[in-house]
Amino acid sequence: MKEIALKAGDTVVVARGDLQALLDALAARDYTLIGPTVRDGAIAYCEIRTVEDLPAGWEDEQDGGTYRLHRRGDGRLFGFTVGPHSWKQFLYPPVLKLWEARRNGHGFTVHRDESPQPRRAFIGVRGCELAAIGVQDQVFLHGKYVDSTYQARREGVFIVAVNCGHVVSTCFCVSMKTGPKVGKGFDIALTEILDADGHRFVAEAGTARGAEVLAAVPHRPADASDRAAAEVVSANAEQAMKRSMDTEGIRDLLYNNAEHPRWEAVANRCMTCANCTMVCPTCFCHTVEDVTDLSGSHAERWRKWDSCFTMEFSYIHGGSVRPSASARYRQWMTHKLASWIDQFGTSGCVGCGRCITWCPVGIDITEEVRAIRETDRAAEEG
Amino acid sequence: MIPQPFRIRQFRQETHDTFTLELEPANGAAPAAFQPGQFNMVYVFGVGEVPISISSNPASPRLFMHTTREVGTVTKAMRRLKKGDIVGVRGPFGTPWPVEDSAGSDIVIVAGGIGLAPLRPALYALINNRDRYGRIVLLYGTRSPNDILYQKELKQWRAEFDLEVYVTVDRAIGSWRGNVGVVTQLIPKAPFDPLSSVAFVCGPEVMMRFTVQELQRRGVAEDKIYLSMERNMKCATGFCGHCQYGPTFVCKNGPVFRFDRIADIFGKREI
Ligand SMILES: Cc1cc2nc3c(=O)[nH]c(=O)nc-3n(C[C@H](O)[C@H](O)[C@H](O)COP(=O)(O)OP(=O)(O)OC[C@H]3O[C@@H](n4cnc5c(N)ncnc54)[C@H](O)[C@@H]3O)c2cc1C
Ligand code: SF4
Ligand code: SF4
Ligand code: FES
Repeated sequence: MKEIALKAGDTVVVARGDLQALLDALAARDYTLIGPTVRDGAIAYCEIRTVEDLPAGWEDEQDGGTYRLHRRGDGRLFGFTVGPHSWKQFLYPPVLKLWEARRNGHGFTVHRDESPQPRRAFIGVRGCELAAIGVQDQVFLHGKYVDSTYQARREGVFIVAVNCGHVVSTCFCVSMKTGPKVGKGFDIALTEILDADGHRFVAEAGTARGAEVLAAVPHRPADASDRAAAEVVSANAEQAMKRSMDTEGIRDLLYNNAEHPRWEAVANRCMTCANCTMVCPTCFCHTVEDVTDLSGSHAERWRKWDSCFTMEFSYIHGGSVRPSASARYRQWMTHKLASWIDQFGTSGCVGCGRCITWCPVGIDITEEVRAIRETDRAAEEG
Repeated sequence: MIPQPFRIRQFRQETHDTFTLELEPANGAAPAAFQPGQFNMVYVFGVGEVPISISSNPASPRLFMHTTREVGTVTKAMRRLKKGDIVGVRGPFGTPWPVEDSAGSDIVIVAGGIGLAPLRPALYALINNRDRYGRIVLLYGTRSPNDILYQKELKQWRAEFDLEVYVTVDRAIGSWRGNVGVVTQLIPKAPFDPLSSVAFVCGPEVMMRFTVQELQRRGVAEDKIYLSMERNMKCATGFCGHCQYGPTFVCKNGPVFRFDRIADIFGKREI
């Protein structure tokens, strides 16, 4: 087939059997492919090479504190939602050596590993996740300072997004306006369709380089019925979403209720295990550790994900600023939903539901907001 | 941002638990100019890095002085350093005291303990242009007479620059004949015009809470009071999240805040 030029905004249809050609086209352009796989009973983002590495036929079931994979009975490649992993582990690694230093006659010299990062293609980025990447871009790239480690990893990334066709009970992306259809920022967006007309992907090019890659993959132009079928997938997913969060005036709601008794109530259940912050695709907090070798002539600085749920997080001489679990839970939720807006002009929550699923006691951020809203102290007084 | 090597030009023990490092670039580079109230991240090789305010005269930017109280791992290691040793420095960071914008006003400086360190550059800047300001009053409280910092300078400023200095201690010992009690007790009688004053406050958070109350009781407006806040800091560049204080990052939106901008959260439990 002769390659036909495509441009950003074009939509084509790629048969299931030709999806490998998309992976190959990306590999040929020097991308390392990262995509969903099944590991230890959950969807995990790992390096992949072929379509066979994808979790064909698997579906997830999630609820507060529970996660289970089961066979869905068809061959869908993306028939699940998000697992405990998120793409942030590649752009903002959990553990990273920032630099090393060696003593010399005039003090010390610092060496930073600036070797180029592999160009990565993320395969299967969901709407909420694409929004989360956008949120972290805002944190690391668009403030007073730029985090060069994030920038180096982020720059080369090629994003193949997937419009969700299946949702789980913990999803609330509709409330957060991040899904189920993906928003801005993808190179290619796929909608998986499996019906009487076969197993295929409606593929939209979001950028010129996305169009260039798609052009190299066997495809046919999408007609009105293909587009309609893709719209139905997103509409059905939206319909199926049961969980919601009312975000109207949420910033002031939480600021005005900093002393609400609900914080104590939730703290009685919260184990301050920090799972919610580790699985959250937008949480960016970290600590640094300085280490040295026995001779004392070589030192390193390491960066590690940290969480506002630990006591040490807010420690200053004399004690922790937030010794109580209620203050730490309040910090987490108020940061996600309120102060994030002041800091970065966007919510810190994209509605992915991970913090609900991976909370050992099933604390639900949407439920906590609802409880506070129903007994809004400011509204009662006013 | 990576630490730059600085050489300790002088090490001075100030009190039993505080010392001042005088730092100059070890690699010949010029240190950045700084404004009073800003801080550096000071790194002890292989041990750790902590935020320490710059306490030197901003008119001599080739020099960073850091007056530090020994409290834990890093500051103890810092205390063991000697003249000629090397430390790492990142900075300067943070918001300054509004020294220039306060021209024409009386200035009330309220300091508690080590809180005088970040205020010293402001005092230098004020007396560098003494005629631009009305009365300058320093109210300074420490635990005991042995904890009073910068004694020589306090005397000199008092004598030469028409600076009114009132010192109080929590506990009198030895031959102390001065004030005893918390620093906030000095505010009601201090000689400044509350309606045309700007207040710079730095000390433990409880001390600042009572100081703000006393200043407001005298009629100093919310937007004429500035506080320097302290939080755990790992990066100083707005990324590690540790220094969050409500919607602000103390490292980049502070440490110096105009009080009305944090009045909503100031004094709230465990923010
Ligand atoms: C903007 C700013 C300016 C400061 N200026 C000065 C100054 O001029 N002189 C001075 O003596 N001290 C100053 N401090 C406090 C100083 O940073 C701490 O005393 C120091 O971090 C303690 O570290 P450590 O390893 O010795 O103590 P440890 O108790 O062993 O420290 C453990 C952890 O807590 C953190 N930590 C402990 N105490 C504080 C604290 N009070 N503030 C912030 N983080 C803390 C440390 O960074 C470390 O992460 C300032 C703090 C800030 C935020
Ligand atoms: S707070 Fe919870 S639902 Fe929101 S983005 Fe983070 S993990 Fe997802
Ligand atoms: S919620 Fe907590 S861990 Fe997450 S970004 Fe905010 S302060 Fe950091
Ligand atoms: S010190 Fe890291 S965000 Fe302020």
